[in-house]
Amino acid sequence: LLLPAQYDEDAEGERLLLSAGAAPVGRLLCGPGLRRSPAGLLVTKCGLLRHRPAGGGAYWVDSQQKRYVPVKGDHVIGIVTAKAGDVFKLDVGGSEPASLSYLAFEGATKRNRPNVQVGDLIYGQFLVANKDMEPEMVCIDSSGKSSGMGIIGQDGFLFKVSLGLIRKLLAPKCEIIQDLSQLYPFELVLGMNGRIWVKAKTVQQTLIIVNILEASEYMTAEQRKQALARLSGN
Amino acid sequence: PAPASPPCPPRTGDTSVLAGLYGPAEAKLSKELPDRAALEVLLRPKVGLPGVLERSREQQLRQTCEAVVLGVLHPRTAVTLVLQVLSDAGSLLSCCLNAACMGLLDAGLPLSALFCGVTCTLDADGSILLDPTTRQEQEARAVLSFAIRSGDRKVLMATTKGSCSVEEMQQCLAAAQRAADTIFQFYRDSLCRRYSKD
Repeated sequence: LLLPAQYDEDAEGERLLLSAGAAPVGRLLCGPGLRRSPAGLLVTKCGLLRHRPAGGGAYWVDSQQKRYVPVKGDHVIGIVTAKAGDVFKLDVGGSEPASLSYLAFEGATKRNRPNVQVGDLIYGQFLVANKDMEPEMVCIDSSGKSSGMGIIGQDGFLFKVSLGLIRKLLAPKCEIIQDLSQLYPFELVLGMNGRIWVKAKTVQQTLIIVNILEASEYMTAEQRKQALARLSGN
Repeated sequence: PAPASPPCPPRTGDTSVLAGLYGPAEAKLSKELPDRAALEVLLRPKVGLPGVLERSREQQLRQTCEAVVLGVLHPRTAVTLVLQVLSDAGSLLSCCLNAACMGLLDAGLPLSALFCGVTCTLDADGSILLDPTTRQEQEARAVLSFAIRSGDRKVLMATTKGSCSVEEMQQCLAAAQRAADTIFQFYRDSLCRRYSKD
């Protein structure tokens, strides 16, 4: 969510004085990177301070990271590493493997089991993710529908990028995705754990899209447009 | 496990150390702590195998880092910090401390404060010299290294080699605290440059 941001650079250990322009009504939400301490708000990560005025106001620190820490409600791509009885173990890039029950798929019953093998890619969301417990994933939402989650199909290419790039790509009306969709048609799955799965018609097109996505972290908008113009001119 | 932070080499004069941070990752059962992250520091010298001096530096660095890292947010995980000495021209411990802090910042581990390292030497006549070279360290009467926390500028770690009186140590500490501000400003500037690329 790229909303009007205060571009202050905050390093850690600072007691933050949030000078609210208008007196905040309701509860103020403290997001990632900020912690309440007896002496006030403590900044625990370095990054840009962002503010969302909606719903009582929320403040958080937008930091660049590569390592993922599971958070409840995040949609991630996991790789199945083991089947232990009725539960699959998925590698989501965190410190522990997440567990996924075979009943957590749309239309799954004890007789109708999903066809999941070791090494498959699964797109799901975290039902339980806190520091004390093993993370649990599900592939259905609260109403029992899959809404795009489940086993990701054959072929395609999975690669890892930094978490900041994923958040940029997930923003509504992301320019990078719009520019790429002018180039070739492709399928894209973005996991909040830094994993992206791409599938285009041919292997070469897939690899081109992968390279552009990886490079777009460091390219400016003009460089990206130049690169795409060169490719579509070919 | 992919490195959580790309290696960043801070330089103090000609001393440079490369820091790589891995974590929070899965910890071995024997090493995992039930309530906090288990922090491990590995210091690799430029030539030769790590010896006793490296081990003692590793413990000092580990205790300094544990004082600032909010390990309670990641129980039963392991955080590994690997420091590789690229060149040593004096003030190695403070360079390692600065590298460790930048590595922690870069990796996005939750910290309660920043820290920096400052080395100073005391000559025979009592004059204080900051960031000494190897030659100056050898000729000095005492070499003191401090790890200073940001914000309140309290001392996280102090190491001395040689002999000095308590008053002289206090003077060195005051000089180090003043120098720490320059280092914290350097952290801030390099982070500003990094985040302004968006």
